Amino acid sequence: MQSGSETALLIGLALPFAGAAVAPWLMRRMGDRGAWLLALIPLFAFTVFVSLVSTVASGTSVRGEVSWIPSLGVTLAWYLDGLSTAFALLISGIGTLIVLYSGGYLHGHPQHGRFMSYLLLFMGAMQGLVVADNFMMLFVFWELTSIASFLLIGFDHEREASRRAALQALVVTGLGGLALLAGLVVIGMATTTDTLSGLLAQPEGLRGSELYLPALLLILLAAFTKSAQLPFHFWLPNAMQAPTPVSAYLHSATMVKAGVYLLMRLNPAMGETAIWETVLPLFGGATLLVGSVLALRQTDLKLMLAYTTVGSLGLLVMLTGFGSDLAVSAAVLYLIAHALFKGALFMVVGILDHETGSRDTRDLGGLRKAMPITFAAAIGAALSMAGIPLFTGFLAKEAIYEALTHDSGGWPLLILLVAILGNATMVAIGFAVGLRPFIGRQRETPKHPHEGPALLWLGPVVLAITGLLAALLYGLFYRTIADPMTTAVAGSAFANAISPLPHVSLAFGLSLVTLAVGLVLYAAQARLRGGLASVFGAGNWGPDRGFDHVVAGLVRLSAAVLRIVQNGRLDVYITIAFITTAVVLLVPMVIYSELPSMPPFPALQLHEWTLVVVALVGLYSVVRTRNRLTAIVSLGIQGFAVAVLFVLMGAPDLSFTQFMVETLSVIVLALTMTRLHLSPTDHRPWNERLFDGSIAIACGVAFTLLLLRVTQNPFDASLSEFFNANARIIAHGRNVVNVIIVDFRALDTLGEIAVVAVTGLVILALLRIATPGRIRGRS
Amino acid sequence: MKTLIFRTVAPYLTALMLLFSVFILLRGHNEPGGGFIGGLIAASAFAIYGIAFGVPATRRAMWFHPIAIAGTGLLIAALSGLTGLFSGTPLLTGVWTKSPIIGFDISNVIIFDIGVYLVVAGAVSSIALALESTEDNH
Amino acid sequence: MEAVMSLLVGCFFAAGVYLMLSKAIIRILIGIVLFGNAVNLLIFTAGRITREAPPVIAPDMDRLTGIAANPLPQALILTAIVISFSFFAFLLVLALRTYQELGSDNTVQMRVAEPEGDTLPPLGY
Repeated sequence: MQSGSETALLIGLALPFAGAAVAPWLMRRMGDRGAWLLALIPLFAFTVFVSLVSTVASGTSVRGEVSWIPSLGVTLAWYLDGLSTAFALLISGIGTLIVLYSGGYLHGHPQHGRFMSYLLLFMGAMQGLVVADNFMMLFVFWELTSIASFLLIGFDHEREASRRAALQALVVTGLGGLALLAGLVVIGMATTTDTLSGLLAQPEGLRGSELYLPALLLILLAAFTKSAQLPFHFWLPNAMQAPTPVSAYLHSATMVKAGVYLLMRLNPAMGETAIWETVLPLFGGATLLVGSVLALRQTDLKLMLAYTTVGSLGLLVMLTGFGSDLAVSAAVLYLIAHALFKGALFMVVGILDHETGSRDTRDLGGLRKAMPITFAAAIGAALSMAGIPLFTGFLAKEAIYEALTHDSGGWPLLILLVAILGNATMVAIGFAVGLRPFIGRQRETPKHPHEGPALLWLGPVVLAITGLLAALLYGLFYRTIADPMTTAVAGSAFANAISPLPHVSLAFGLSLVTLAVGLVLYAAQARLRGGLASVFGAGNWGPDRGFDHVVAGLVRLSAAVLRIVQNGRLDVYITIAFITTAVVLLVPMVIYSELPSMPPFPALQLHEWTLVVVALVGLYSVVRTRNRLTAIVSLGIQGFAVAVLFVLMGAPDLSFTQFMVETLSVIVLALTMTRLHLSPTDHRPWNERLFDGSIAIACGVAFTLLLLRVTQNPFDASLSEFFNANARIIAHGRNVVNVIIVDFRALDTLGEIAVVAVTGLVILALLRIATPGRIRGRS
Repeated sequence: MKTLIFRTVAPYLTALMLLFSVFILLRGHNEPGGGFIGGLIAASAFAIYGIAFGVPATRRAMWFHPIAIAGTGLLIAALSGLTGLFSGTPLLTGVWTKSPIIGFDISNVIIFDIGVYLVVAGAVSSIALALESTEDNH
Repeated sequence: MEAVMSLLVGCFFAAGVYLMLSKAIIRILIGIVLFGNAVNLLIFTAGRITREAPPVIAPDMDRLTGIAANPLPQALILTAIVISFSFFAFLLVLALRTYQELGSDNTVQMRVAEPEGDTLPPLGY
């Protein structure tokens, strides 16, 4: 790869982040027109990826890397094969349209710039995720998409529902992110590689490893949470609290497919095992079924689409894990088709909501005259979703049925039934969103309906046309996008052959059955809703309620733990601290037999003994006194005894300092004690005194033993010898202590005098903020 | 504490202690002493003056606010270390020049010690005076 | 000498800890002063004890020779003494102001920052 296109790719990958940084400023300066400028960023990335298509389609993968943290050997490495490129094209292409659409949708919103910033941040993260080669980079961008999703769902942060949905999405996908990290580490341990390309180069290495099962479970947890598979599906419909551009982009076209991407990416290395081909169809099928049924229950158009997205993701997981190349090709076609039509339909719902003030299916009707362009885009997308010939949705559905009927046996038959039901729901919902609001009698809506501005309808129109063109030019579409992607996922070369025209085959027959069932569901949707409502009841039970209970439980648990460990009582904290001190000092000494040996009887001179006794008397008196003045004087006595001890032991500087400090302490204490009106007696009952005394004696014994042990070890005087030898020669001073303070360790001293100065300042402040009304009143 | 004897002796005692503190500070590099001890002696001198004549009189006698003295000292100490900027050595490296005229060598280390002296004297006397003045308010 | 000092340090620690375990704030403060002295003596003794010879180089010598006290712990302790004093003064003023505001010198009754009771944190989102 030439350096020119490598630079272009790097710019394309980095530009969204730069755009995220300037977006708030740009949108404030330029208003809605800023959207046209910001759309150039994804457009640039899109053209870069388009320029790579021919290279990738010829079977060459594009790789490269730049150094990120060289000291740790971490690089930003990218790897583009058919799968990555197709995803990157979807992300940047739909991203361009979404940026424009957001320009119109949030017209005049005070936080428009912030929204654009989050959106571009997400785009950059998602691009990084799909081109990442490095495990670490994959994980970082995976988490970054979760964070961007959190920010976007909670964009309308003044509503509690938004905050809840955002937090829920973050918790669920964040859990998956941790699982991904663990899974990648396990894969790294099993195969000793840390890149996806390295893993794909030795596909048998992981399957044969005994770490395969833990790696698989962790990766599945990551993929299932991100792609909203049962039982983690609940966060996705809640995420519809986000503004509609977010739902169209993150929660249908791109981010939720990251889990599917992960499964597809690892299919060559982890697939084709019994557990893979059992778990994926099982969970995917269950998700498809549940998503479809719940979609039919909804009256909110956006929620209908959200649940069919859940179902579609289930379908994709099911097909990915089915185990045949045909199924993989069906998954690939459906993934692309779904991104196009679902993105378009979400945007259509956004336009309806924006221009009529409602997105409830019962409020909307007869809008074809008022909103003709939107209607055209909507019907185009709906036809693709329903799988009508000439649209990409048809290619996908044909491929699905071909794959499912190709294999025989009882298990695929069940899957086939689920797929038919799911697809029939897609037909019904597709028309419910793309057709029903536009036909029939026009109804009263909160706003007078009229066509939205070009910024709004451009996106769905382009996506609907793309959905049509991709099918009409199917040869080109297969050659450049679908075949390379299928090849990358299946791990072996594959060529699609399905034509967008009706033809006689078993698959086409099943398509007709699906269409018929779907139309019946469409016609009977209102009655079905009633029936489903009576079955499920009005209550919202299930994992969604469970999430609330878990969160509330965590808060209660933490409050309970906090009440125990941080009970607000200083005496308890101090007691715990000193019990710990005594235990930490004593227990290792006993366990490792490091107790000091019995020292010989010390040969002290009389004046030394006297001093020690004076210090002890001072201590005893401080502890036992009931008189304030005696306490102060005794405190002074022990301090002066220490000062004299210092001078006897060759430390005149210390002695002098200690002497001055003790004097000042006594003055300060005397000045304060008179103001405190304290009863000097110790009110502790005898049992508390015994307890506290035991702790104190344990601490004292511990420190004595420690010090005896330390002084019985040989002494390493090298540091002191250095100071003794160099104080005069290097630092021109004869008082070694002072030379250490002001020269050798002057930086420490600078810090220490700063502390002294700040203490003086703080004390002044404390004394000056006296609140006159409350002082002395209660004493 | 405001006896006649104490009030008569206090100014002389304070002056003597301040002089002594400077002496202790300057000889500190070669004999026992130094900025910390000198600063404490100076602070004690002000505290004694404060006890004898009250805090307002002491503040007037000191000319500068004690915290300002401490801040100046901190600034001097920090600046004295910046000589390394010109000689290309690390922060707070000692630089010495011979000066036979005044009897001892001049260096930024001495200036640093003077900074320490001012910080300790300023901060500690500020603490003492602040506590003494709350006493007065009572 | 070290043995006696070790014992003395132990007594200082015991007295300091015993006072700090009290609930009366002025006793805790006095305990902190004793504790500070205990730590200083601990460091000093751990640096070994030499009698009566300060680490000062004789005027006619270039380096410290012969037996003298260890200068390193002295340098550490010297600054520690001054800092302990500032800290002590700060705590004293803090105690004084607390007493003026709350009218109590008993730490058990000081519950402004961590009030008693079973109030749960907010459970919403």
